[in-house]
Amino acid sequence: MGSPVGIVRFPGSNCEFDVAESLGFLGAETVYLWHQDDEIGDVGAVVVPGGFAHGDYLRPGAIARFSPIMGAVSAFAAAGGPVVGICNGFQVLTEAGLLPGALQKNVGLKFRCESSVIRVETTNSPLTEQMTTGSLLNIPINHFEGNYTCSPEVLAELLTNDQVVFRYVDNPNGSVDDIAGVCSVGRNVVGLMPHPERACHPLLGSTDGVGLMRSLLAAAGWTDDPVSARPG
Amino acid sequence: MTFDVVVEVTLRAGVADPQGSTIERSLPALGFTGMRDVRVGKSIRFSLDAADESVARAEVEDVCRRFLTNPVIEDASITVIGA
Repeated sequence: MGSPVGIVRFPGSNCEFDVAESLGFLGAETVYLWHQDDEIGDVGAVVVPGGFAHGDYLRPGAIARFSPIMGAVSAFAAAGGPVVGICNGFQVLTEAGLLPGALQKNVGLKFRCESSVIRVETTNSPLTEQMTTGSLLNIPINHFEGNYTCSPEVLAELLTNDQVVFRYVDNPNGSVDDIAGVCSVGRNVVGLMPHPERACHPLLGSTDGVGLMRSLLAAAGWTDDPVSARPG
Repeated sequence: MTFDVVVEVTLRAGVADPQGSTIERSLPALGFTGMRDVRVGKSIRFSLDAADESVARAEVEDVCRRFLTNPVIEDASITVIGA
């Protein structure tokens, strides 16, 4: 049994319950981390969930990154702790400098809320270590600012360091090099626009997110039976 | 001294601006045929107390770099006027 997975809550977060539900379904404990707290306690991993933290005012993630809790999350990440940002959480992690690049408005100015197919590009990350490189996952997206962008120099580094974790099969938003998710140089921080927590039960139309959540739980120290014994 | 500050945030050259391109594509339908290179940004205005203009400008540049822009995709154009 591992330590609980911490789920950060900002004013405007709206996917924290989905993340807690999906991890709880796999037998893990979760704990909510309030944005104004400056410590995260004993957690095995941190998830920064989707939503519209602080209303996305100024830019998505621009204000959330100054929350007291983000100092503790950065310290946890610097110590090698697994940190995953999903959708708005990905935007927060790029603004906080924990991940390279930035997310800007989708090409065509369309809010995309639909199923997407993404390809696992590396298994060397806390979100994919139980996956197979090249496998295709049906995971929903739900965003307006998911168009991943970075300088040509940063893109070259991402490719050299194997930091692209997921790519879209059919690019929905104009992201450079079809990038759907990246990890940090240290590999323990991962951000992605698709929502694996929304693809963890047959009733939701896809269970392809289960393997990602299981990988995260393993990285968080949840190696006991509850994780593997529960059905997807 | 008090200064009036206007910060204009725009996407950096080379960064695709979907709002600008959408506006540009719509212009001919209204008969505006000579307009091009449309870019959309936002302006942020505030008053600032500082010892002199160079101190004010340095502080505005700092807040632009650390907060008002994302330097990966945005540039700031700064106007500082003595009130």
